[in-house]
Amino acid sequence: MRVLALAGRRLAASIPTLFLILIGVFLLLQLAPGDTVDAMMAQMGGGDAATAKQLREFYGLDLSVGAQLANYLWRLVRFDLGFSAIYGKPVATVILERLPATILLMTASLSFAFFFGIVFGVLAARRVNRWQDTLISTLGLIFYAMPTFWFGLMAIVVFAIRLQWLPAGGFEDITVSRSGLSRTLDIARHLLLPTLTLGLFYLAIYLRIMRGSMLEVLNLDFVRTARAKGLDETRVVVKHVLRNALLPMVTLIGLQAGTMLGGSVVVESVFSLPGLGRLAYESVVQRDLNTLLGIVFMSALLVIIVNFIVDLLYARLDPRITTGS
Amino acid sequence: MKPILTLESVSVSLPEGADRPHAMEEVSLSVAAGEILCVVGESGSGKSMTANAIMRLLPQGVTIAAGRILFEGRDLAGISEAEMRKVRGAGIAMIFQEPMTALNPLRSIGDQIGEMFETHTRLSRAEIGARVLALLAEVNIPEPEKAAKAYPHELSGGQRQRAMIAMALALDPRLLIADEPTTALDVTTQAQILTLIRDLQRRKGTAVLFITHDFGVVAEIADRVAVMSQGRVVETGSADAVLNAPQHAYTRQLIAAVPPLKAPPPRPLASEPILTMAHVSKTYRTGGFLGRGQRVTHAVKDVSLVLPRGATLGIVGESGSGKSTLARCLVRLIDPDGGEIRLNGRDLAGLTRAEMRAETRNIQMVFQDPFASLNPRRKAGELVAQGLIVHGMARSQALARAAELFALVGLDPAATDRYPHEFSGGQRQRIGLARALALEPDVLVADEPVSALDVSVQAQVLALLAELRQRLGISIVFITHDLRVAAQVCDLVAVMKNGEVVETGPIGQVFGQPQHPYTKALLASIPGQGFGLSRDLAAAAGQA
Repeated sequence: MRVLALAGRRLAASIPTLFLILIGVFLLLQLAPGDTVDAMMAQMGGGDAATAKQLREFYGLDLSVGAQLANYLWRLVRFDLGFSAIYGKPVATVILERLPATILLMTASLSFAFFFGIVFGVLAARRVNRWQDTLISTLGLIFYAMPTFWFGLMAIVVFAIRLQWLPAGGFEDITVSRSGLSRTLDIARHLLLPTLTLGLFYLAIYLRIMRGSMLEVLNLDFVRTARAKGLDETRVVVKHVLRNALLPMVTLIGLQAGTMLGGSVVVESVFSLPGLGRLAYESVVQRDLNTLLGIVFMSALLVIIVNFIVDLLYARLDPRITTGS
Repeated sequence: MKPILTLESVSVSLPEGADRPHAMEEVSLSVAAGEILCVVGESGSGKSMTANAIMRLLPQGVTIAAGRILFEGRDLAGISEAEMRKVRGAGIAMIFQEPMTALNPLRSIGDQIGEMFETHTRLSRAEIGARVLALLAEVNIPEPEKAAKAYPHELSGGQRQRAMIAMALALDPRLLIADEPTTALDVTTQAQILTLIRDLQRRKGTAVLFITHDFGVVAEIADRVAVMSQGRVVETGSADAVLNAPQHAYTRQLIAAVPPLKAPPPRPLASEPILTMAHVSKTYRTGGFLGRGQRVTHAVKDVSLVLPRGATLGIVGESGSGKSTLARCLVRLIDPDGGEIRLNGRDLAGLTRAEMRAETRNIQMVFQDPFASLNPRRKAGELVAQGLIVHGMARSQALARAAELFALVGLDPAATDRYPHEFSGGQRQRIGLARALALEPDVLVADEPVSALDVSVQAQVLALLAELRQRLGISIVFITHDLRVAAQVCDLVAVMKNGEVVETGPIGQVFGQPQHPYTKALLASIPGQGFGLSRDLAAAAGQA
């Protein structure tokens, strides 16, 4: 299969990139003052220099930067992400505990933004320069311009505090133990506001791209051919315009998988969700190098996987790619 | 014969702020079954607008202001949109100029043809599939099963246009509107498509409204002709009457502007060469991973040609023949892989980038598309002066020289302050010429310089080129796909096919007694040979 070969080659090409990113982050964190042991001592309320020295030896922090990096990479090659001094658990365990919340939030926001981006984009393009278009475009601009954290806070004030419809934060209600459907519903209730908060920003981007892309495709010759065949406007849009207009949107998903992870740091903090984004923030503050590198590794992996899927999807959507002409 | 379609004083108004209030003014036409009516005109004449008005596919803001469009006795201008959709495709079908963009790139050919049946009939999926294959076979596409599954990019230009025709004829429409269906095709493909349209039309008795700018095509295919200018029909009549005894001054002027196919008597040529190409080659390698599965294209293969001082060497061929690649190699926009290009004895192929930049003084290029080849953000005068400034002339002096050059190419010297979009197509090509001439080169490489222009403008630019050649003594390499144009401007001609020169010699000899089968095929494909001939004879008689 040509498509798989193509995507596979891309996948192979991303491995060196992955290592470069890890080395870069590793070295960058060496520039920050203090290390894990300093953070631990501060948490413990101070301690003498001898204890600190002992701890540093224990965690291998007394070695040179080069040696530490080599150690880390060697462990990574054996799929060992190391041990988190702060959480007292292997990094892999810490990350796996936090991963579901982030993946759930990202998938939900992305699907929400993508779906409604298409719907509103098509609506705006069909009614270009009329009041519907103006309304949609203005709303899009507002969502785009509004800071995510502010929107999240306002959503909490209105829906959680004033109206008390939805919980203000957390991943699920920990006071009651639930299972099955009721647990799913509970998580959904908790994730509704975070998803909207994160998704609205991306919705604005997708709707703008979709609107522009629709308008461009509507002007192409084959749309005129379709009309000359006697198709009605709905069929022209569904059968001829939509798939062509979707191509730039699909490209955008691949590009935005990475930025969305960054956006989730803010949203997870605002809604106190136990996700990767907040974990990353905490490990920077606590100088938990192993955990941070683990997160970077994990998120790079996520982005690579998303892009791999996008490549396959793109080849499926556009027959011109498979033949390589 | 009772006409199938009649236009009665149809006017189409343009939105406010357009350059004229009406795109069509009181246009009256009629087409009968089994008849081909050619609507001829230059760009902006309203001929395509006529097609769009009949189909009621007008751009936003453009409306049918007056008149009736009677199709089988029904006024299309008055019926509802839903009624109109039933007419489109089933009653009146349409084919377009560019088959690549007129087909949806993401759907297979069979799927797109089948859509005609899906929209207008209640046939089952299997029946539709069978009909599609029958249609593809009818338009002589090789391997219909494979073509039905193919996507548009997998077919050649001619096959795509055949597929478009199959699609248009799917429901046996009473009227076929063909909007410049062969303009984007090579001359040999064009001849095949014209034959196909003619055959199908004869067999099915379809009425055809054929829109074109090419009088050769008109002579080839038309039963009757309507000539349009500025949104009005200025003359209608039988093909024979309009082509051979045009009544209206505009028609006469248009027909006179079509270059005759016969070359004028040869000019004496200098024996001293100014540009010699020896074994020039350019190969493209695409795809492949570490050398596996690589595709090699010989764009230019071992070309050796000589351009004598003051002469014009025509390079003719169809798309993909390598003629443009060769032109780009001459000015080193593309680096040739091998061979020598000697200009005044100096080998251009061996020069470094910096040396070549200095050498561009002596060899300059004129490009095909006068719209795309001028930077829209810079003033016309600056564009012309740029080369001079780069080669070390002071800015004010260069701008003054640009004004002189404007006068030389027949533009108003005061127009140097204007931007490219303020000029017409012909004027822009004059700017392109002025830009190329600014450095007073010995050799001008003109890549399809008149292909994008209307026939009357084309005649003016060709006349200018001939005059400049006379006055400045420059030598020209003239790349074209239009053999009529080549016959008029070239002293020598080289016919290219698949990167190779198959025949070369003085133009009168090559066009008069072609030796290579490909040259013969090319010449035989030119539409409307008879039309050119009778007029050429008349002109010759007039001269005698």
